[in-house]
Amino acid sequence: MINTHDIIETVNMIDNENLDVRTITMGISLLSCIDEDIDKACTKIYDKICRYANDLVKTGEDISSEYGIPIIHKRISVTPIGMVASACQTQKIVKFALALEKAAKTVGVNFIGGYSALVQKGFSDGDYALIESIPEALSMTDHVCSSVNIGSTKAGINMDAVKMMGRIVKKTAEMTADRDCIGAAKLVVFCNAPEDNPFMAGAMHGPGEPDCEINVGVSGPGVVRAALSKCGDCDLAAVAELIKKTAFKITRTGQLVAQEASRRLGVPFGIVDLSLAPTPAIGDSVAHILEEMGLEECGCFGTTAALALLNDAVKKGGVMASSQVGGLSGAFIPVTEDAGMISAARSGCLTLNKLEAMTAVCSVGLDMINIPGDTTAEVISAIIADEAAIGMVNSKTTAVRVIPAIGKKEGDELNFGGLLGEGPVMYVNQKSPAKFINRGGRIPAPLQSLKN
Amino acid sequence: MRAFITVIGKDTVGILAKVSAACAEENISISEVTQSVLQDMFVMIMLVDMDKSKKTISEMSQKLDETGKEMGMKIHIMHEDIFNSMHRI
Repeated sequence: MINTHDIIETVNMIDNENLDVRTITMGISLLSCIDEDIDKACTKIYDKICRYANDLVKTGEDISSEYGIPIIHKRISVTPIGMVASACQTQKIVKFALALEKAAKTVGVNFIGGYSALVQKGFSDGDYALIESIPEALSMTDHVCSSVNIGSTKAGINMDAVKMMGRIVKKTAEMTADRDCIGAAKLVVFCNAPEDNPFMAGAMHGPGEPDCEINVGVSGPGVVRAALSKCGDCDLAAVAELIKKTAFKITRTGQLVAQEASRRLGVPFGIVDLSLAPTPAIGDSVAHILEEMGLEECGCFGTTAALALLNDAVKKGGVMASSQVGGLSGAFIPVTEDAGMISAARSGCLTLNKLEAMTAVCSVGLDMINIPGDTTAEVISAIIADEAAIGMVNSKTTAVRVIPAIGKKEGDELNFGGLLGEGPVMYVNQKSPAKFINRGGRIPAPLQSLKN
Repeated sequence: MRAFITVIGKDTVGILAKVSAACAEENISISEVTQSVLQDMFVMIMLVDMDKSKKTISEMSQKLDETGKEMGMKIHIMHEDIFNSMHRI
């Protein structure tokens, strides 16, 4: 029999330390649904999603109750709609969003991702129309998430798309201003977007993926923090070892759930995303892990180093626990979704500048950050450009999900509810980068792209 | 299918008897039992076989939860695979 201590440890992780599998995301290719007639395409999309994902939610719940592991989300990612839309001779692209919304409601998932475009090198007609329709699509739907990839290490940064996205992010917030600007919380701008990411808002099912697959994202900041709180005054090598071991255990549960879901649904297993994804719940915070390592408050000097150690140890521990790893894989730092980051942002210890530095060593980027409503589209574009540059040069995924708080200023609050959380509007440097952004064109791919 | 039942709390009379009775009522056979005092708490772990039982793990979990409440103990039941995947390579 397994040792008593190990058994109690596992029970404790679930009972007291918020161990859960964050999401089972079914990736569905919509390439077979392409049609010149948008109404026909929408019908095919709705039918295909409902056919494939009919049992997704029930299977997730069954596995959860049978194994005693909470599985928080059951979600769907689809082929970037920009690709599907390119065949249609219409500007009414928003119909695709409504079809996705209807399918999400029918199968009972809480988000569907893939209202997306990949424009790192340039736009197709469908991509352009899709991006223009994002504000309307996100204001008319509750479950649809959108992402746009504007750069990559291989292609450089499409600054025309960057310019456009500053305006689109702001317009999306404006069109949902009556709901705490929640539209912008469902829109993320990527550089080096992974094609198998199970996490929202950036989940999509890339063109290189199979017809259908199951991807799983794990979680467990509370478990890591609890392990660290028992380790006393050990040195940082020992801290890294402890995080690795804990990440291994967390990821093993994700692997088990992924294999079981794949078997029951008869869909191939894609990847496990080795992630530490926080929630606003107390005891489920990445910031609190950093503070447990010895920082007075997240955001003080030392935060970037601590996060780099954490992010690396999570990957090293997780990679051996799963047969196939992918997605974003690392520690997330979404401000409004993390109790420790919310309080550090409120106290002023955590600033946008520090967050930008942190994104160079974490798994994603500037995530769930409320900015003043009067921030210009050019400043938002420049935030996106800076973040994309970090991703492009370092061959990593970076992203921007900022929420312009329309009608609000620094220090005011936005409250999205649920896992999207709440948080203060943060200070943003408002000096104008307009001339730089309006130049447009492309930032060429860096030397790092020439690996052959 | 096998599962682990864990019972944690302050020591009282008849814990083993009550938990075993709850298992017997549902046709669950007990393969192994260990009992110890860990971190000042009474801890009992049972490895059980549920193949002949009509209850699912989640139904059994509710039943054991009630048994636990009567005794002021925390009782969990979880699928063996969770522990195997987490603690064995």
